[in-house]
Amino acid sequence: MNYLSGDLKVVGTRPIRPDGVEKVTGRALYSADTRVGGMLWGKILRSPHAHARIVSIDTSKAEALKGVQAVVTSKDFPEITSEVAFVGEGPMNFRDLSDNVMARNKALYEGHAIAAVAATTAEIADAALALIDVQYEVLPHVIDVDEAMQPGAPVLHADMFTAGVNPKPATASNIAKVVTFKKGDIDAGFAEAEVIVEGSYTTKPVHQGYIEPHACLATYNPDGQISIHASSQGHFMVRAYTAKLLGLDMADIRVNPAEIGGGFGGKTLIYLEPVAVALSRKSGKSVKMQMTREEVFRGSGPTSGASVTVKLGAKKDGTIVAAQQVLKFQAGAYAGSPIGPGCMCGFAMYDIPHIDVLGYDVVSNRPKVAAYRAPGAPISSFAVECAVDDLAAKLGMDPLTLREKNHAVNGTKTHYGPTHTNIGFTEVLQATRAHPHWKAPIAEGHGRGLAVGFWFNIGGESSATVHINEDGTVMVATGSPDIGGSRASMGMMAAEVLGVPVSKVKAIVADTASIGFTFLTGGSRVTFATGMAVTQATEKVVEQLKARAAQTWDIPVEAVEWKDGQAFPAGTNAGAFPPLDLAAIALKQGRTGGPINAEVSVNAQGAGAGFGAHICDVKVDKETGHVEIIRYTAIQDVGKAIHPSYVEGQIQGGAAQGIGWALSEEYIYNDKGQMENPGFLDYRCPVASDLPMIEAVLVEVPNPRHPFGARGVGEVPIIPPMAAISNAIKSAIGIRMEHLPMSPPKIRAAIDAAG
Amino acid sequence: MSKTHVTATINGEAAEFLCETQQTMLDVLRDVVGLTGSKEGCASGDCGACSILVDGTLVCSCLMLGVEAEGTSITTIEGIAQGDHLHPIQQKFLEHAALQCGFCTPGLIVATKALLDENPNPTETEARYWLAGNLCRCTGYDKVIRAVMDAAAVMRGETV
Repeated sequence: MNYLSGDLKVVGTRPIRPDGVEKVTGRALYSADTRVGGMLWGKILRSPHAHARIVSIDTSKAEALKGVQAVVTSKDFPEITSEVAFVGEGPMNFRDLSDNVMARNKALYEGHAIAAVAATTAEIADAALALIDVQYEVLPHVIDVDEAMQPGAPVLHADMFTAGVNPKPATASNIAKVVTFKKGDIDAGFAEAEVIVEGSYTTKPVHQGYIEPHACLATYNPDGQISIHASSQGHFMVRAYTAKLLGLDMADIRVNPAEIGGGFGGKTLIYLEPVAVALSRKSGKSVKMQMTREEVFRGSGPTSGASVTVKLGAKKDGTIVAAQQVLKFQAGAYAGSPIGPGCMCGFAMYDIPHIDVLGYDVVSNRPKVAAYRAPGAPISSFAVECAVDDLAAKLGMDPLTLREKNHAVNGTKTHYGPTHTNIGFTEVLQATRAHPHWKAPIAEGHGRGLAVGFWFNIGGESSATVHINEDGTVMVATGSPDIGGSRASMGMMAAEVLGVPVSKVKAIVADTASIGFTFLTGGSRVTFATGMAVTQATEKVVEQLKARAAQTWDIPVEAVEWKDGQAFPAGTNAGAFPPLDLAAIALKQGRTGGPINAEVSVNAQGAGAGFGAHICDVKVDKETGHVEIIRYTAIQDVGKAIHPSYVEGQIQGGAAQGIGWALSEEYIYNDKGQMENPGFLDYRCPVASDLPMIEAVLVEVPNPRHPFGARGVGEVPIIPPMAAISNAIKSAIGIRMEHLPMSPPKIRAAIDAAG
Repeated sequence: MSKTHVTATINGEAAEFLCETQQTMLDVLRDVVGLTGSKEGCASGDCGACSILVDGTLVCSCLMLGVEAEGTSITTIEGIAQGDHLHPIQQKFLEHAALQCGFCTPGLIVATKALLDENPNPTETEARYWLAGNLCRCTGYDKVIRAVMDAAAVMRGETV
């Protein structure tokens, strides 16, 4: 059933979220907020070297320290054979994940976990770390992606032979994989072209920058049953990975989802939980672990830095006929960058007959990358959208007109396979053209940039339960951690289907033992997929409510209608009964057949791709190189906004992260391969005074595969900002910035170089 | 190592606690007093998630020692609401959806209280610079600033 054309009373309104008061009063419990009596504090010893063989680890002095109750190294974790991980987001191998959680033979990056201790206080645990004697044989290291691909570069993994090339290479290298997508005939395309532009771009790795550091509390009981209290983007993922890394049964692990203090993709894998369980098993006590901010930077995944080239060919009338892209993504210490989506997303906004994309997944001595909002797409699109802007300039064409002329529509076949269906990109470009920001004159000395972005969105496995309480109020439970207000939207969809006020519905996130399997919160899937499960479960409940009314009235269930939270006889033939409301039916549920509830599990398909366009005005201070964002507008097809405030919030937050990626965020390494800015003072995320208001414009082209028409909205907004800002800077000072971040020193250097 | 006995007022109530000399006020609040509303995002004074008021002055509790609380009056996020009555700042954060994950929210609300106690009628720019020490990674600050400006108007009695 769908509600695309119906008169909606709850969906589309802006109620206060059910978890709101707990969060504004400080009562909400995040990962690090739970304590149990007698618990120990766990801490991790990390490698100071970017690349080193671990010759020996002597933990005897640490173990002898008063208050230390357990020390673990990789010897406490079973060796795991190579196996592609299930459940997580993005490619990951269980053997690599195990090695990342606790280094086995080599430290592959500065910050790599080497050993861990559990002690009665955090101070004793810290003192114990200093007593662990690790002998390293320091090896040559490589940080930069282009350098890591050179012959003769230090090789991280002796068994890494590039996948995706034929024949298989004879020697090991840092190139884990090669990805190619081809459409049409690229040579014929460029032969046809009358105007060609080329560009070469680099992006730095940036951290997701969630304000809550990773933390957990684990208890291993003598019967082997384990409880883990942790925030993550998927507690089922935490359970599966912990079980795998320790060789345990999933049924013995119960993961309670704590409130999560931001993730943006960075909490789709694990770092601490298996270590805490191992320490708890060894000590017999509960163990609490919490990363410092420095550990978050050095030891958890940022997204890839990359090196990208783009070549575009067009007719003089602006028809793009050929597009070529080469992407080199650094994966960190283990294979598995988001090179796949990077290769997919760059050209998916356009209808181009001849496309050739070549991608490399490259390891180097940095922390293993983790997902970050639309993984891969922002990097790829930064390059493409700068090149499209340069093409517009070369053609003497307005950049929006060039995009209108070439944009993907329903029926456009992408270079990576699927054909676009039910997309709203045309409507997004129309809204851009019509927006006052686009029409406003550009102020003297300012520049304006435009860029567009695409994310395919995902569905997947979700479970939801709906219970009718004895008084007619309603409980909704799902397996999706709520990272940005999803309990509000889940409750709203259930309230809409039931026809009751949203205040009568309470939504929660259930633990791994209390609800069916649910894939993690990522890829902008929850409102779509979990929302579908909630809607279907609520519909099942409505069927039961109708059946109870039919039973009460002694008429066929087909003769009962459900409307506005009440059962009515369907027409005069059904009988003249006064309506029965939810509370009345709920009160008698015990006597009419028992509790009324339903659980639905889905594997949702048809997520519905998202498109966005961002307009940005900047002012460049030529003396200091500082770029000020003067005005920012983000236009996006959201399908249907269930709770528009949180949809706007996703767009505003994603755009702000993109602005940071564009202007100020980067990992800075010294010549020893050590990160020099592992704190928020030197790793510069945007603060309130860096930004203007960010206007989010919601375009609603319903996704027919979702009951209310929703599309995922969280990924798209981080894709356009980097190019929009580079394009705005070019508009302001006539210089193309091809390298991120476009920080003051880089702008100053570019101005000097331009004379 | 002997602990230091500290007497202070926390959220209007007389409080006593024992703390190590090197223990931060944030650790005292979270691990000794049991008030976990103040969050640790960085422990270096850069993110503002641990913001508290000490005798009315905005402080990152991670940069203050617990022993320094002697004789002071401390307000944490747990002391902003009056019983079950939310403070207008809290109410406006909810109405404007000025939080997503909510982890930075306690610090932002305490910092906003300090701003509006000092300057009941800030400009948007003044609010943005005052809150520049409070990192939020979810919202892009748009709805936060709207909530702050709206709360200020309510507290001045101009709107409800």
